[in-house]
Amino acid sequence: MATAPKSGDKKNDAAAPAAMTTISVLAPAVGWLIPGAGHLMQKKWVRGILLMVSVVTMFLLGLGMQGHIYKPNGGDILDVLGFVGDLGAGGLYVFARAQDWGIGMISHATADYGTKFLIVAGLLNFLSVADAYHIAIGKKQ
Amino acid sequence: MPFTLTLSHFSAAIVFAFFASIVFGITQRSQARDQVRYGLYCFAMFVGGVFVAGWAMWFLRR
Repeated sequence: MATAPKSGDKKNDAAAPAAMTTISVLAPAVGWLIPGAGHLMQKKWVRGILLMVSVVTMFLLGLGMQGHIYKPNGGDILDVLGFVGDLGAGGLYVFARAQDWGIGMISHATADYGTKFLIVAGLLNFLSVADAYHIAIGKKQ
Repeated sequence: MPFTLTLSHFSAAIVFAFFASIVFGITQRSQARDQVRYGLYCFAMFVGGVFVAGWAMWFLRR
């Protein structure tokens, strides 16, 4: 005898599209602009603060190590990927560009590490944004 | 940038591992206990990878 699908059925839940709500749009957007803020606005205080501290500290350390911030470009594929990574830091990227930080040439090994710190800070913020979205749509607690 | 920072290779790797592990732990697991465990696991893998890569390069250089 066939039974009606239960609401907790994983297969049906995965197939159902997530409902578009204000918070599901705002949380990732704010989380991208201000790292960790997407979690904070959903009252995930500890996670939000830890994410904010992690991403902001990595970005500042990258700048302190004289890392290079990539600009929008259509040249070398590695430069394009570097720009995409940097852009993930959202407001930090915009602020650093506005201050003309990270425009020097890489002249020593730790400056190259700094460049990687900047890119990874942006990539980690992308993860944070995706997590904020999953919390907003109820896929994650 | 108003300040300049110079980290050694090892300290840069440890700092990188520390913050990346925090984000991995929070974003890849749901429960607080699992997040801590996964964060520690990632940190151990990062640091272990540093030592393995370091020794591999030492042997390659010989």
